[in-house]
Amino acid sequence: MLKFDNVSKRYPETGDVLHNVSFHLQQGEIAFLTGHSGAGKTTLLKLIAVMERCSRGEIFLDGQCVSHVKERHLPFLRRKMGVIYQDYKLLTDRTVFDNVALPLAIAGFGHAEIRRRVRASLDKVGLQGKERKFPQALSGGEQQRVGIARAVVNKPPLIIADEPTGNLDPELSAEIMLLFEQFQQVGVTVLIASHDISLISLMNHRVLKLDHGQLIL
Amino acid sequence: MKPVKRKSTTDAPIKPPVKHHETRQTKTAGGDLVDKLHAYRDHHAHALFSSLGRLVATPFTSIMTIAVLAISISLASGFYITVINIQQLTANLENSNQISLFLKDDVSNEEANNLTATIRKNPSVQAVKIITKEQALVEFKAYSGFGEAIDVLDKNPLPIVLQVFPKNTLKDKQELEALFKTVKNLNEVDYAQVDMQWVERLQSMVEVARLGTVLFSVMIGLGVLFIIGNTIRLELHNRRDEVMISKLIGATNAFISRPFLYTGFWIGFISGVSAWFIVAILMLILRDPVEKLSGLYEGDLHLIFLGFTDTLALLLASSLLGVFSSWAVLLFQLRHTRPE
Ligand SMILES: Nc1ncnc2c1ncn2[C@@H]1O[C@H](COP(=O)(O)OP(=O)(O)O)[C@@H](O)[C@H]1O
Ligand SMILES: [Mg+2]
Repeated sequence: MLKFDNVSKRYPETGDVLHNVSFHLQQGEIAFLTGHSGAGKTTLLKLIAVMERCSRGEIFLDGQCVSHVKERHLPFLRRKMGVIYQDYKLLTDRTVFDNVALPLAIAGFGHAEIRRRVRASLDKVGLQGKERKFPQALSGGEQQRVGIARAVVNKPPLIIADEPTGNLDPELSAEIMLLFEQFQQVGVTVLIASHDISLISLMNHRVLKLDHGQLIL
Repeated sequence: MKPVKRKSTTDAPIKPPVKHHETRQTKTAGGDLVDKLHAYRDHHAHALFSSLGRLVATPFTSIMTIAVLAISISLASGFYITVINIQQLTANLENSNQISLFLKDDVSNEEANNLTATIRKNPSVQAVKIITKEQALVEFKAYSGFGEAIDVLDKNPLPIVLQVFPKNTLKDKQELEALFKTVKNLNEVDYAQVDMQWVERLQSMVEVARLGTVLFSVMIGLGVLFIIGNTIRLELHNRRDEVMISKLIGATNAFISRPFLYTGFWIGFISGVSAWFIVAILMLILRDPVEKLSGLYEGDLHLIFLGFTDTLALLLASSLLGVFSSWAVLLFQLRHTRPE
């Protein structure tokens, strides 16, 4: 489903951040991406979301080459993945509802369908009743969950999350993890970058450990 | 620590997976297409009105921009309509080739009448009209506004004027010139003038002015292009986060561009409408003086206003300029906007 083939990423300023990373996630698999701070977790996720391009190697999603995708095919590739960002990346001048609705509007859904799906998505992350609020009026954890709702609202086959529980208390973290497991059960592939060792060990999922840009097996 | 977490996990009030997520149902192709078309139309309508809303939300900036554009566009259209009016004037004058003969001061009315009869016999002449000193004075007093001043003079300073109208068939310049030479050399004539000359000059000036209008309009159009383009660039800069995030979520450049294109459209359209009103007001101010002037020359000159097609062209051109300049800026800027 998601395949890394000898991927390296080099920044001119910092040198090799990722070095010969190879792994393969099956459809419907959940994996944690761990490692010390600065190990390259965020960079790896950025490569999947094509916010950065690989220096060497190739990434495949559903057999499609992500690393060399043409600019004009990029939007459609990105619709196949729900990305949860560490800094949420919410539109501050739009309501929670509009933020979550954005992927659906982009994909060209009608009003009624958008309303239905946004409600369902907000319900799932426990934000029912906050639709009309603006992101600044929410706590960090709530904003994080708006980001999660937005990532899953379009039912993408792949969800990638960068420290999705970084701002959540343990109980909420566990709930969100359970949510990811629910997606997994319906065939969604999930890759979660996290350094929350206790949370990871709590759940029995595959772990990809990065150390200075190298995958430790 | 761990047990607590485990407990909360199991107790977590999470509902079972929502049904619609499980069944990735595909609707019938036809219904789906209709839905998408409706959504597309809704999205366009939303972009149209939300971009107008954004302009209204920052009234000061919007008014400044639109005022600059409206004044520029009104200059071009004002220039255009002025030329159209002058053109109309010269078109009227074309049929009035006439030679004015100003007689010497000592020529009496009787002598002038005889002269008129003589000239009338010339085969090139269609008619001759005599304007006596007295008639000229009455006319002059009525239209010049110097009525009182003229009264002060003890002697009528105006000469007798014979207006010689050549045959209408006399389009040939040489024949006209021959006639002109003949009448000019008559003893009683002090000074002769072919009014055709200045009509011709005026006409060639109007031709130049027409070309000037085209060049001027092109320059104004370029100015409008750059002003709107810059406005859109600033707007794009202000909403950079939104553009980035939309891109990351999978928005195409077309989707991201849409509200900005509508903003460009609105700026152009509103500026066009404002320019139309500016020209209208200026022409209302000019109307009375022009009609007075027209009366002075016994002409039936009526101010031509921007017509239906002119108005349509004005609004279309300014709207299209708005859309086009936004499009060009977006094409360039969106390519160079990359996440992070
Ligand atoms: N845009 C960048 N330019 C240069 N170096 C970068 C950039 N982004 C990240 N790095 C470097 O890459 C390394 C890995 O960063 P990151 O992927 O954010 O680690 P993690 O998310 O695991 O904490 C760090 O040493 C960081 O300095
Ligand atoms: Mg990170």
